[in-house]
Amino acid sequence: MAELHPVSLTVNGDEHSLVVDTRTSLLDLLREHLGLTGSKKGCDHGQCGACTVLLDGRRANACLVLAVAADGCDVVSVEGLEHPLQDAFVERDAFQCGYCTPGQLCSAVGLIEEAEREGAHVDGTYVRERMSGNICRCGAYPNIVAAIEDVL
Amino acid sequence: MEPFAYRRAATVEDALATPGATFLGGGTNLVDLMRLGVAAPGRLVDVSRLNAEIEETPDGGLRVGAGVRNNDLAFDTRVRERWPAVAQALLAGASGQLRNLATTGGNLLQRTRCSYFQDVTKPCNKREPGSGCPAIEGDHHNLAILGWSQRCVATHPSDLAVALVAFDALVHTSRRTLPLAELHRLPGDEPARDSVLERDELIVAVELPPLPLARRSAYRKVRERASFAFALVSVAAAYDGEDVRIALGGVAHTPWRAAAAEQAIRGGASFRDAAEAELAQARPLRDNAYKVPLAVNTIVRVLEELAG
Repeated sequence: MAELHPVSLTVNGDEHSLVVDTRTSLLDLLREHLGLTGSKKGCDHGQCGACTVLLDGRRANACLVLAVAADGCDVVSVEGLEHPLQDAFVERDAFQCGYCTPGQLCSAVGLIEEAEREGAHVDGTYVRERMSGNICRCGAYPNIVAAIEDVL
Repeated sequence: MEPFAYRRAATVEDALATPGATFLGGGTNLVDLMRLGVAAPGRLVDVSRLNAEIEETPDGGLRVGAGVRNNDLAFDTRVRERWPAVAQALLAGASGQLRNLATTGGNLLQRTRCSYFQDVTKPCNKREPGSGCPAIEGDHHNLAILGWSQRCVATHPSDLAVALVAFDALVHTSRRTLPLAELHRLPGDEPARDSVLERDELIVAVELPPLPLARRSAYRKVRERASFAFALVSVAAAYDGEDVRIALGGVAHTPWRAAAAEQAIRGGASFRDAAEAELAQARPLRDNAYKVPLAVNTIVRVLEELAG
């Protein structure tokens, strides 16, 4: 029988309190409970990065986070993102079908935060390595890297 | 996924108050295994917010709380300066978003990525004791060459553990302190047990003892693509022209301390002779004999780079 559990979290600045089946992932909470379908379910195993959101300011795979484990957290999904990177993606045509784009955007914002924490010199090689958790089936990688480099 | 009860632990004592529960760290492996049907814990106790500090020890070492996230440990300036191979190993593992979730304790206790273990339609002695090991005759190109048994040829997937075992790290649990080299076990007749930990025993911290040698250390990982893949072979090593530490990943059911190679180098052997002495004990399977020269060459390459 399903185990129900309360969860309260902030999503894109709005506070939400719900009761969910403990099996619910943060991704399903966003998509199915809050109707925020920007974060995508690609593989549901943490391998493709389409579900990437910012969890307490850091990029994370929403498919592998249990919603109950995110109780008390601040979540930003692509719907709440306001970053020059979004314009850079348009400018550079950094997508084709667009399915991976919300995850690419959240991941790249997280990459910039990590590079600051790490004190790293960021170049194309660094971007390619640190974006390896985001797969693009259309192969828009060169333009994705260029868009990220534009905003550094 | 089977239903389960969830509780977030406030303290270590609180975490231990639910006998028989499964501990949840970042969830990057456990939640996936639950979704695959490989794991079906009835009760999860979330310990991911406990022990999240990195502290200096009085003797000049570092005590890393089990809840410290992989990226936080990799970015720590003390780790990067004093044990660079540890930081490099962490950054060679998984992806940026997974490293923000994955914890130090969970990293050590992650399960093998052997494809048979992760596929509930296949037999696997680790998942279902006594059901058999199809990998021995099947797809084992990425599996063990050292220390395997007729019951299991799986490898341990952690990069971090390889660097830690090279530098004599200790593991503090809720019951005891033990060398990290004794945490994981070879499969033998009981491959279902990855480690020596008992039920209801929680890792609370990992300790890096002071090791000036480790300032000159490096981690090199060989894999089937440039990033975000598990090791075919990996090497953590430290070398200052005299003393040496070497450990291998991707070759056994445990992180593999290359004691024979270390001893040979201290005795004046060449890097290649020392590496070959270590791999002399390898028993490759039908499709993974390539790992023997790969491990030898990777050891030589890392040591040559450290020797400058």
